Amino acid sequence: MADLKLSVDTSTDAERAVVDAVIAPADHAVVYETERVVRGGTERRRERRHLLLPGLHALQAEAGWISPGGLNYLCGALQVPPAEGFGVATFYELFRTTDPAHGQSVHHVCMDTSCHIAGAEALARSLEAEGERVHRGPCIGQCERAPAQFIQGRAEPDRVPADAASIADPTSYRLPQHGSSKLRLLHRVGVVDPTSLQSYHDHGGYAMLRYAIEIGSDAVIDEVKSAELLGRGGAAFPTAVKWRAVADERGRPKHVIANADESEPGTFKDRIVMENDPFALIESLTIAGLTVGADNGWIYIRGEYPLATTRLRNAIEQCRIAGLLGDNVMDSGARFDIELRRGAGAYICGEETALMESIEGYRGEPRNKPPFPTTYGLFGEPTAVNNPETLLNVLDLLEVGGDHYRTLGSERSSGHRLFCLSGHVRVPGLYEVPFGIALGDLIDLAGGSTGMTRAVLLGGAAGVFVGPDQLDLELSLEAVRDAGATLGSGVITLFDDTVDFTALVLRIAEFFKNESCGQCVPCRVGVTRQHEVLVEMAANGALSDERNTLIDDMATVMRDASICGLGHTASGAVQSAIRLGLVGDRP
Amino acid sequence: MTTIESDTHAEGESAVESVTVRINNNDVSVARGATILDACTASGIDTPTICYAENLTPVNVCRVCVVEVTGNRTLVPSCSRLAEAGMEIQTDSDRVRHSRKMVLEFLGSSVDLSQAPEINQYSVRYEADVTRYVDDREVIEEPIRIQDELYIRDYDKCVLCYKCVEACGDDAQHTFAIAVAGRGFDNRVSTEFDVVLPDSACVYCGNCVAVCPTNALQFKSEFDLRRSESWREEEQTVTTTVCSYCGVGCNLELHVQDNEIVKVTSPVDHSVTHGNLCIKGRFGYQYVGN
Amino acid sequence: MFGAGGGTVSYAEIEEADVILLWGSNAREAHPIFFHHLMKGLDNGARMYSVDPRRTSSSKFADLWLGIDVGTDIALANAIAREIIHAGLANDDFIIRSTRGYEDFAAAVEPYTLDVAAEITGVPATAIREVAHAYATGGKSQILWTLGITEHHNAVDNVLSLCNLALLTGHVGRWGSGLVPLRGQNNVQGGGDMGALPDKLPGFQRIDDDADRTKFEAAYGMGLNPTPGIHLTLMFEAMERSELTAVYVVGENPADSEADVDRARALLSGLDCLVVQDIFLTRTAQLADVVLPASVAWAESDGTVTSSERRVQRVRGAVTPPGEARHDIDIIIDLADRMGVDLGTNEPEALWDELRSLSPLHAGMSYERLEAGGLQWPCPSLDHPGSPFLHGWLWADDLGGRAPAPFSVVEHEGPKEQLTEEFPLRLTTGRSLDSYNTGVQSNGFTSPIRYGEALDINPVDGESLGLSDGERVRVSSPRGSVEMAVRFQFDIPIGLTFTTYHFPDLVDINKLTNDAWDKRSGTSEFKAAAIRIDKIDFPIPMAGS
Repeated sequence: MADLKLSVDTSTDAERAVVDAVIAPADHAVVYETERVVRGGTERRRERRHLLLPGLHALQAEAGWISPGGLNYLCGALQVPPAEGFGVATFYELFRTTDPAHGQSVHHVCMDTSCHIAGAEALARSLEAEGERVHRGPCIGQCERAPAQFIQGRAEPDRVPADAASIADPTSYRLPQHGSSKLRLLHRVGVVDPTSLQSYHDHGGYAMLRYAIEIGSDAVIDEVKSAELLGRGGAAFPTAVKWRAVADERGRPKHVIANADESEPGTFKDRIVMENDPFALIESLTIAGLTVGADNGWIYIRGEYPLATTRLRNAIEQCRIAGLLGDNVMDSGARFDIELRRGAGAYICGEETALMESIEGYRGEPRNKPPFPTTYGLFGEPTAVNNPETLLNVLDLLEVGGDHYRTLGSERSSGHRLFCLSGHVRVPGLYEVPFGIALGDLIDLAGGSTGMTRAVLLGGAAGVFVGPDQLDLELSLEAVRDAGATLGSGVITLFDDTVDFTALVLRIAEFFKNESCGQCVPCRVGVTRQHEVLVEMAANGALSDERNTLIDDMATVMRDASICGLGHTASGAVQSAIRLGLVGDRP
Repeated sequence: MTTIESDTHAEGESAVESVTVRINNNDVSVARGATILDACTASGIDTPTICYAENLTPVNVCRVCVVEVTGNRTLVPSCSRLAEAGMEIQTDSDRVRHSRKMVLEFLGSSVDLSQAPEINQYSVRYEADVTRYVDDREVIEEPIRIQDELYIRDYDKCVLCYKCVEACGDDAQHTFAIAVAGRGFDNRVSTEFDVVLPDSACVYCGNCVAVCPTNALQFKSEFDLRRSESWREEEQTVTTTVCSYCGVGCNLELHVQDNEIVKVTSPVDHSVTHGNLCIKGRFGYQYVGN
Repeated sequence: MFGAGGGTVSYAEIEEADVILLWGSNAREAHPIFFHHLMKGLDNGARMYSVDPRRTSSSKFADLWLGIDVGTDIALANAIAREIIHAGLANDDFIIRSTRGYEDFAAAVEPYTLDVAAEITGVPATAIREVAHAYATGGKSQILWTLGITEHHNAVDNVLSLCNLALLTGHVGRWGSGLVPLRGQNNVQGGGDMGALPDKLPGFQRIDDDADRTKFEAAYGMGLNPTPGIHLTLMFEAMERSELTAVYVVGENPADSEADVDRARALLSGLDCLVVQDIFLTRTAQLADVVLPASVAWAESDGTVTSSERRVQRVRGAVTPPGEARHDIDIIIDLADRMGVDLGTNEPEALWDELRSLSPLHAGMSYERLEAGGLQWPCPSLDHPGSPFLHGWLWADDLGGRAPAPFSVVEHEGPKEQLTEEFPLRLTTGRSLDSYNTGVQSNGFTSPIRYGEALDINPVDGESLGLSDGERVRVSSPRGSVEMAVRFQFDIPIGLTFTTYHFPDLVDINKLTNDAWDKRSGTSEFKAAAIRIDKIDFPIPMAGS
């Protein structure tokens, strides 16, 4: 609770209408029941706080910015202190609070890795020359079709120009491996109609949910356990352990979350799945919910994915109508429903605790751990957070059985893995292969490189560069870890010898400087000082021993003392680029 | 005879469980629920802290109190991590000293710490060297906000420890006039749209000022004396008394210089105030001596 | 009802309460640091119900605000009691073991149905029912009140009606439950504890009790007048009858703070002798024959004060008093000396030890023990830890040998001053956060959140009177009139107006308030006057311009 003091700024009718539409079907946090009786209080405020982010989205879409009057109305309705509302609004790339000149849609042009080398700056300039409003920003998950842009609509819906074909014909999408019989996770992509539940049923959909209900929670977890399924979001945590922990929590509301805030530069796998096989995510998240005993499912999708958002929203609606979500899922007697939440442009919200803060209506600042989400997650309640690809694997392992699933992949990394290939590769796109394939073989599957490969970025901006001598590296969690690298979210970005690595590494450093939430000192200042050293290096063309020491010192404190993974990994690419002699004039 | 009744509260006084941890190879026992910082303090180890305060929920953002706990991949913040039986803790290893030094260098390279003597002492202890950073670096540059007769806000000195935000928010005052806005290095403690403080929800309790470790927030009385170079903290006496306004019984610490009250604080360990006051307790002294 | 007067609980208990009934109290502004504890309770899941004619800044933290008509508290309390009884939510075991007079009480509240109460209070029956059920079923329920309950002509009845609810449900005498009067002034509790009441000696011992009195007579070495004195309100009546002709005022400003202040000023001016001992040249001091400048007790001298949770704490001199100002003790001792009586030591600790030897409530509170954050009375011995809450005996099988606590039959009366065609609006007064009483202390600093004295009024009323927000108007009650600005406020119900009394130099609001007073407490009905608002047709020049 708080003293709420709103400024004199007034909202427009339109702003009030969009906010009220977001808050419905709930009512405002404070309600005059009669002139003499007012209902309010801590609980009502707490229950509504999570509507802040959707409310800000609505205001931004309506007015083109978060106006003081609009924020007043939203904050009054939810009883959120305006200073906090402002703090949340200013956290996100997609919200503007200073710019009332808002007549135009904004073209967000990606400036990161793959787009960086594919002419992102030229695209931005040409759009500006056409009189468009351009915002040069971070990766927007379209690396296979770089340079990419996302249009934040003003008087038009948000859109991605490259989605036009898929919108016109929902089954027109083609994977590079389209038609391959080896696909286990992506076999429906480009085949099933992503707008039709019937089509999903026709392609085997919802058989696994039926099966999961049949065998029950413990048996599902046993299958996941014998499959040795590891999380695909980057941390490779055993899914069965997470699910068991949440399932064992009793007496409190529980949650499952699909972390679809795919923001690691170079990553676009979840987008393709959600755009082309959205019911698979709904079905697998429902299995997760029923298995751990959670009533509430959440999909947190990044704000720059308008098509995936539309398709998921449509899928959720159809599933509700069909009784696949709601009070009695598939006649199992269990309740489970899914809320779709859009991020608003913040890489950090891919960190699971930042994501939960974001859903709850706070700034997306990661929490210190322990406690872990399995005991203290969303709204302080037990929560299982999974990557969409991880969930997709659950469908696969249930179908073939955990024991059989375990035979797929490498010795210690079971199953299939999605890889996002982009950069200087002949056929960029999403690939599904068993764990353990050699890096060079995967690149060959994508038609090989377009030039003389100088370096490969594994794991995105948070990953490391490896040299062409690593093409025989086995792509399994264990082998990559032994090589001092990471698979992260399955990013493989190729760079040939024409690349200006200084500019590229500088951009990676800039990415972290822009995306650090700024909460903890090591990361907030570390990413800033790291960027400054690289700016200096770009001017000098070289790094002195002192500067190298400083970079290492900064990397160490960020890795040792930052709160979350962003700080821990913010120096990996930079240091590896120096080690490989890509920058800094050192062999 | 008039009778009186006498009852004592005997609830919740069952025996407290203790846990034993090993700090720098010495066993230390603390009550269950105690933090590693508590255990360090109990064993006489002086741990640097900036964002920690005993009357606030730990936010563990400054990371200067980190220690090494065997089995943890990263260092852990001692202010918030609970002591667990059998923990092996190092508080002065090279890793720990390195992180502390770097945090202090990072802060020293970003903000004006001239009125943060405690942090400066840590910087000496950990040999922080801010001269090794790029000369043309980003620092916090904000105009001093003087918007009323009670406070000033000088964010050049702000280390973003969140203490003021917590004190204004649900750790004490529940007013939420200020919050962190922006992202990354651009983070600032701010009112909504940076409106002047009198237009915000601020009720001038001064609880934010009281917890500020760097004097980024100051009482105007102190600011004016400092500006006229007549602030002499070493000469000041501090006397604990009770507020003269309502009947709650808040303890006040009167900071007196030249027989004049120049600042009012409250003891953080007082059961009534926990270090917090209202506008009357904080500023209502000005009639004294007039 | 229970003997010694003091809040039954510690502040910390509210952090663990389940249900909080905040009644006639704007603690958010009047007791801000107590409210910190209350908000911790809300954060921990407590539900709060606020009963107040205004939707105050405290009410805004409530789960439900009930905006009753001014002075209808007893009707509401009795209806809550009746609902608790009829819903079977009364604590029968507690009532049987620990109380008496239940049958009469139950019969007395029977006419107060929800509908009757709704009619009287202006609050719907459903809301009253909700409060009744919440209070009764809460594991730990507290009732808190301030001047909204006590500044009425029937103040004691108001308090008793709330005590009845605690007896009915057993929400007293246990950690977390209780009855909490929040004291408005820093040592109003201590003043009473020390015997600054007409019929009391220190420690709530009675002047008309021979055993109590002789103890003091023995210690003082002189006889004491066994007849109880009279309280402030009676003093003014005595002045009116010219029975009281000399008055010694210590640290009070009745020439600003009394209801119907014109009358008070006239009476003070007509005294043969008025002596005022104060740290300010207050309006009262300006009327005095002799002014004795005093030091600031809490910052310039040593001693103790006692808070709302019965916590005795040390005050200490931090600065030396200016000019001719002297410590209150020294002035009183010198005055006694001139009258030929040697009061002995002026040393604060020695005086305190004398008090400890005479007041069992305080016997265990040595200065040394008070150093660390104070102690809560009763604290009868040096090894006694002090008492966080009172009346635990109510839960003992034998009631600790005491008599059961009595229910009180109280009836709704409403404010003395009814609204009329001539005076159709209700005026109530109160405090704001940054100011205090008549402002003599709080006007010493420049508060950025202080707004000038204005009369808060619902815009509906304002507009029906043809007023605009901020307009200066003439406000009149049967006793007098003042000019002030109106301020349109949505949070104040139609028919009600509100202002503070912090700026008597700007707006002499107590010219309007009603001095009808409670026979038992002596408190005037500051909370309920009938007023009218008239437009000022032409501007009246400001004084001094």
